[in-house]
Order: sequence, then C-alpha cells, then structure tokens
Amino acid sequence: MLISEEHILSYDGTFDGFLTAVFQVFEFKLKTVSFQRPESVQESLFGNTIEIVTDLEKADRVWKGIKSKTSARGSYRLYSSFLSEQSGIEIVLLDYMQQAFKSTVPIDSDFSNATVLKLSQIAKSVGREKHRMEAFVRFRLTNDGIYFATVEPDFDVLPLISKHFKSRYADQKWIIYDLKRGYGLYYDLEKVEIMQLALPDGFDATKTNRDYFTASELEFQTLWQDYFVSTNIKSRKNLKLHVQHVPKRYWKYLSEKLR
Amino acid sequence: MSFERTQEKLKILADAAKYDVSCASSGSKRSNTSKGLGDATGMGICHSYTEDGRCVSLLKILLTNYCIFDCAYCVTRKSNDIKRAAFQVQEVVDLTINFYRRNYIEGLFLSSGIFKSADYTMERLVAVAKKLRLEENFNGYIHLKSIPGASDELMKEAGLYADRLSVNIEIPTKEGLKLLAPEKNREDFIKPMVKVKNEIIQHKSERKIIKSTPKFAPAGQSTQMIIGASGESDQQIMWTSNYFYKKFNLKRVYYSGYIPISYDSRLPQIGTDVPMLRENRLYQTDWLMRFYGFEVHEILNSEHQNLDLDVDPKLGWALRNMEHFPIDVNKADKFMLARIPGLGMKSVYKILQARQFRKLNWEHLKRMGVALNRAKYFLVCDSRDFERRDLTSPQLKSIILQNSTSKYHKVLSPQLNLFG
Repeated sequence: MLISEEHILSYDGTFDGFLTAVFQVFEFKLKTVSFQRPESVQESLFGNTIEIVTDLEKADRVWKGIKSKTSARGSYRLYSSFLSEQSGIEIVLLDYMQQAFKSTVPIDSDFSNATVLKLSQIAKSVGREKHRMEAFVRFRLTNDGIYFATVEPDFDVLPLISKHFKSRYADQKWIIYDLKRGYGLYYDLEKVEIMQLALPDGFDATKTNRDYFTASELEFQTLWQDYFVSTNIKSRKNLKLHVQHVPKRYWKYLSEKLR
Repeated sequence: MSFERTQEKLKILADAAKYDVSCASSGSKRSNTSKGLGDATGMGICHSYTEDGRCVSLLKILLTNYCIFDCAYCVTRKSNDIKRAAFQVQEVVDLTINFYRRNYIEGLFLSSGIFKSADYTMERLVAVAKKLRLEENFNGYIHLKSIPGASDELMKEAGLYADRLSVNIEIPTKEGLKLLAPEKNREDFIKPMVKVKNEIIQHKSERKIIKSTPKFAPAGQSTQMIIGASGESDQQIMWTSNYFYKKFNLKRVYYSGYIPISYDSRLPQIGTDVPMLRENRLYQTDWLMRFYGFEVHEILNSEHQNLDLDVDPKLGWALRNMEHFPIDVNKADKFMLARIPGLGMKSVYKILQARQFRKLNWEHLKRMGVALNRAKYFLVCDSRDFERRDLTSPQLKSIILQNSTSKYHKVLSPQLNLFG
C-alpha cells in the first residue's frame, strides 16, 4: 500500500517565505503539505520537514504568476488573508492559488466556491481590523515632538495601514507601535520605516506620563474625554450597540474610554 | 487660551450640537497634495462611538448657542434658560487641528445658533473654514451649516472651503413649521440650498473644461428632519425626503427621532420615549429609495400612510405584492433580486457574480450570508426543495415573525399596543 508522504514546510513566517514555500510545492509537485512558522515549531513524528530559505526571486515569480491569474482585488485578498495569522491559513491560500492557476478564468468572484468564499471572508475580517486601526489609533505627543500610538491589533495589519497614515499625517512625525508583535511604523516626514523600540522599564503604554509626553497632551486628552461625554444623548442610551462598535479589548488605548 | 474656559465652552457647545445627527465624513475628494495635514479622499471613518451607539467622526460643535429665534423643538431656543457660550474663531481652529493630529476625528462639523443676523453668523462659520484651509493647510473634512437666510455670496464662499453644506428643514410639513417655529419660513431654508446646488452644478461643468477650477462642496448637501414632533405621517416624511433628494440632489436626508426637551404643550412631553423604531424604519425606507431602486410611492401612499413597525419596509412591500414572487435567483435581474426580503445589496452582487460559474442552490446562498429565514419564502433556486404551500400574506407574516427575533422585541410587545 502506498502512503502519500506528508511534507512539512518550515518557513520564516514572512509572506515572501510563504511564497517561496509555494514555489517548492509547485517545483517538486508535493502532494500533501503543511506549513510551519517559527513560533509554532513542533517535532513531528511523521512526515519530513523541509527548511524553506526565503528566496525573493522565487517569491516574486509566484506572486507575479498569481497576479496574472487574479484581479487586483484577488491578490490583495490573498495578501491580507495571510496577515490574519490564522493557523492553517497557508493551506487555504495554497488551495486558492492552485485553483487559480488551473482555471482558465479568474476565480475571484466565484462565491459558490468554498475556498474563494472562505478567503473572501477572512480577508473581510482582516479588512475590518485594518479599518478599526485607522479609527482607533490615538496619537499622543511626546517630548521629542513625535506623535506616538500603541496598538494590539487582532491581525498583523500594520503593513496595510501605512499608506493611510502617511498621506494623512504628512506634516508630523509619528510612530504606530504594535505591542503584541513588537514592531512599529515610524514616519520621519519623508518615508515610513519599520522599527523596533526598546521601551523603558516600567513603561505603561496606557498612562500618559509627563516624563515622556508634553504638558498639553493631557489637556487635549481631557478635552477629548469631555467632548465624548457631552456629545452623548442619555435618553438614547444603548450600551450593547456601543460595545458592538467599540469592543472592550480596544478600550485600553482609547483615551476617551480611560476615564 | 485658558484651558478651563475652553473646557467649559466645549462642554456647552458640544452638548448643544449633539441633536444634529449627521456624522458622514465620506464622499469628499480632497487629497493631501502639499504635504499638509489631513486627507479626505477615502471612505468615512468612525473614530469612536458614544454610549448611545452613535458614531463619532467629526468634532461636532456650535460656534455659539446664543440664538435670536425661539423654535419650540430646539434646545437653544431664545426662551430656554440654559448656559450660553461662544467660541472664538481661533479656538475652534486650535481644537480641530489638535484633535485631528491625534487621530480623534475626521474633521469639523460646525453649526451655530443665529446671533444678530443670518449673514453675521454665516460669515463667522466661513471664517473658521477659511482659516483651517488657508492658514493651517488642513485637508480634513469640514461640514458647515448653511444658515437659513444667508446671502448667496457667503454661501458661495462657504462651498469653496467646506466639503459638505447642510441646512436642516427640521419639520417635514409647512403646517408643522408654522406651529412650532412661526418666525421661520420654508423659503429661508430653501434659498441657500438652491444656491449651493447651482454652484455645485456650475463648478462641476467648469471643471470639465478648466481643470484648475476649485472644488465646490465636493461631498454635497444634506438635511435633517425631526420625527414625531408635529404629528406628521411616514408618507409625509418620506415624500418630503424624496422631493429634496430629487429637487436638490441631496446626498443624504437624516431622520432624528424627537427627543423631548421642553414642556411646551405643542410638543410630546418630557419623558416620552424617543421613537427609535420608527426612525429605524424610515432609514430603511430611505435606503430602499437610494440603493434598491424602489420608488417612494411603492412603499408609502395614500392607502398605506405609515410603515409597519413589526416588519421592515421591504418585507412589508413583498407581503403586499405577492404576485411578484417567487423570484428565481439564477435568472432574475439585479433590480428584482434586490426586492427579495432578506437579501441585501452585497448578497445581490455576490449572487450575480457567483451564478456565472454555476447554478446556485440553498447551500450556496446560505454560505454567502443570505437571511434565508425570510428569503426562502420568496425565491426559488437550483433545488427541487422550495416553499410549496400557498400561503396568504398574513399567514406568511406570522410564520416569519415567529421564526425571527427583533432587537425591538420590547417595543413591539403586546402591552404597548394599548397606546398604539
């Protein structure tokens, strides 16, 4: 009896790494595969692990190929779904790509296809998180004249929001820092760069400490909190709706909810 | 500026502005080309939500709540004994810029009580917008109120700096307005609306020829009506709304359930519930008119002057027009698909795209997110399984109501029918 062997593709967790792995799948015609990221390494008894070394050229070939087979919306959907970091997302993406390569017409709008539908749903929730970050980022002015915000998004959406903040806050320096993933975006009035911070010991991102932030910062937060209260209509109170729109896990960094 | 003084003014003037429900921050095309502050090109963003569940996207304030008018329904009416305050132009500019830089807001919504005269007031609103655009290089969203009776020259200037202009007609009928705001007349509301509409048309056509023609109120005009203050019917409200959409190319009409704020005997008394369910049904009707291809007279007419509270207006229409159903989702055009209860426009587009690949069955529809508990009685698909009983409208309505839960369950409970 023939047992089809499972190949575990261990890659560095980046999108290019993933695309490199996909390249291998096609090159060696691998049938049964699974993917492994650095943070989820487990010794497997069965199957044989292949170490994927990220290769930008191979990644680029796969990406160009997929772009020729899907609409712009389709390729954006693939990339943003990848950023969901959901376990097993790579398998869905691979399935989508294999179907896209096989099909003679773009499959992006085939919502009766389970894989297409699933990916569009995952991309939709990533898109929602992206939009939430565009809404919920709260900058605070530091003594160095940088507008600084901390976030902990459900998905890795920083790459998706960079452009929005760059065109909006073109005349101020800003940092949006993802505390969950330990990296941030820094805009220096010219370009946006990925950066990592060594946060001072005992730094509490939910507090606005005068050691780091300007004196007027607290005043504007107070005004904003006051505004938030004054603009509410008490006789229409609807806390359920409020929490539905602003889920509690985001309150930590929302200055209007900190009172 | 003194922090405490600004703080007090902000409390008073935000509180007074909150009854204006418009919160839109989308639909403009103002991009940040000069490395300035702000960008109003994309979709709107709700930066927060108040505890009443309403979106906070703009700093919504009055310039002042001093007012020479005494409209019964208005909290800032002259005869009301409340604290009054007025912002300096620079204060509003500073607040807007500093809130915007912190990503609290998409921009400014500036309204005002009318002090001295319409033009005097409008001039100051325009001064704020002008300063933001020219001195602060601000490209965020600005919504200005058109003050009824303001001159054409001022309205023209306002449109050059604002993204949206609005004037609230507040009371849907002429008779109601006469009763509740005898000092005002409809012509004063209409005049600035006409001026802005004409300027928008003119600027658009000039832009086609000369690209450097400045933008004029790129996010258009809107208005608002108070619901339940003057005994009007849903038909009167929506026909008025339809008239304004068609006649003045409005982008939006808002409906604001009257919140009792006075013991005036002409109005619902303090303690009366805000008609939130009715407001919701009116918005649903508004959506059907704007996005679903319904004509207002199909939903509201002299035989049917008020919307059902227990079912949404699309289901209500379907139940009154059973001869159009069932609809075949694999064949019907967009317009007919949009009439199936339980199918939103997003589902309609998904169906239109997906059915090019294969015929759709119940499973497909369910996974796409169609609300089958309502829709299944009104459609057929690629399945031999469909509703075969010849149900009458009242039977069908009762089956659907039994199998669904409404968030307005409490409002619809039988006890309240005593007062209905």
